[in-house]
Amino acid sequence: MNYFSHVLTHLRKDLQLEWRSRDSINGMLFFSLLVVVVFSLAFDPTAAMSRQIAGGILWVVLLFASITALNQAWTRELRNRVLDAQRMSPAPPSAMFLGKALANFLFVMIVELVMTLPFLFFYNLHALGQGWLILVVMPLGTWALVCNGTFFAALGLRTRNREMMLPLILFPISIPALLGMMQATTAILTGEFEPGLWINVLIAYNIIFTLVCLLLFETVLNAE
Amino acid sequence: MQRSRILGLVGIVWFLLTVGVLAQATRMGLLLAPTDALQGNVFRIIYYHVPHSMLSLLFPYVNLFASLFYLYWRQRDPLKALNADAWAISSAEVTVVYATICLWTGMLWGRVTWGIWWTWDKRLTSMLLLWLLYVSYLMLRKLSATGQTQTLAAVLSIFAGIDVPIVYMSIRWWRTQHPAPIFLSGDPDAKMDPSMLPAFLWNLAGWTMWGIFILVFRYVLERRRQARDEDAALLAIEASLEMAK
Repeated sequence: MNYFSHVLTHLRKDLQLEWRSRDSINGMLFFSLLVVVVFSLAFDPTAAMSRQIAGGILWVVLLFASITALNQAWTRELRNRVLDAQRMSPAPPSAMFLGKALANFLFVMIVELVMTLPFLFFYNLHALGQGWLILVVMPLGTWALVCNGTFFAALGLRTRNREMMLPLILFPISIPALLGMMQATTAILTGEFEPGLWINVLIAYNIIFTLVCLLLFETVLNAE
Repeated sequence: MQRSRILGLVGIVWFLLTVGVLAQATRMGLLLAPTDALQGNVFRIIYYHVPHSMLSLLFPYVNLFASLFYLYWRQRDPLKALNADAWAISSAEVTVVYATICLWTGMLWGRVTWGIWWTWDKRLTSMLLLWLLYVSYLMLRKLSATGQTQTLAAVLSIFAGIDVPIVYMSIRWWRTQHPAPIFLSGDPDAKMDPSMLPAFLWNLAGWTMWGIFILVFRYVLERRRQARDEDAALLAIEASLEMAK
């Protein structure tokens, strides 16, 4: 088996597990719906104002929603000591990481697709900039959150208060990426400035941190 | 025994020297340096603010290199790795202390000269991010299970080391209000007046010496804690062997 078939096997396994329970997608969906409603209630924005703030709110919602799913991502592997078995297997550990990160990426993308409509309705949005660019920004931003998030979830797996640990280390590291996604989204929605620079920031961030995660995952998996 | 005594003596001499330099630096900064033409006496906070900000950008490098050495030695030479880890934790703590002082003095200064406590300017934001990153590093060290703390912390330190330049660049593109650096900048108007330089250099020397002192002091404490843990582990092994007999 080569590297990519390992990745595919892990991806298929995670998708299958999720398909059977649908825990994390349902949880994320309802959670993000709630946060969208609460923010909309709290600010009651006009169309012009919501263009200014929607970029920020969108990514805060996705950040919180993906935290809830990422916390569960590795606990599945702890049951029946699956993770220990995987540590002993000769398959490359980074393939397991990549498979899981891709699976989480797909889950969050599905949530984004479903959430588009409520978001547009509650915030009265239509983009004044180049609307199609959102199709570039969404996957880039999602990967930036999910790749590091999956890595840090594994890092915090054997810590006390595991659930609390993930946001504590994920948020500070993700701030340049968050700034990039929020600025790019706001640029697209308001049309006041060019999103190109921020898309480049996201691309650079993704390349750098994906490489670092792949290189260091084995160290984290065998930390003892 | 002899060696540790000499090192202890060196430590005491270094401490006294540091206190002396800091006393002279404070005298220079508060009394002898000229009052700034535009800002008056408030400007004197620069003698504390700038050295602390420079040093809080220096100690993270100690942390990063110590973490890299830790990961390199982890399986090759565990004793050296423990030594590197002691440097990593002490430099992270000193970074947090210096960055905190830098942020506080900066906010006090900003309140007086800009009229606001805080603004999302590039240097302020980068420094706050640095502070957040190292606080999260210390949180991870506190919360992770013993036995893997060092490895996980070293990995996070590498992430932080890579993140800082990205943060700096992205925030630079975002916005800026803070004055340009007064050293190594091309703008001749932004340079510090030569009459203020001695006070600044004394303060820089004093706070560098103090930083090195608390860094080494914390390192020695961490080494003692490691030695105590090792002794406890050896005793436990011996006791279990006794039980087995």
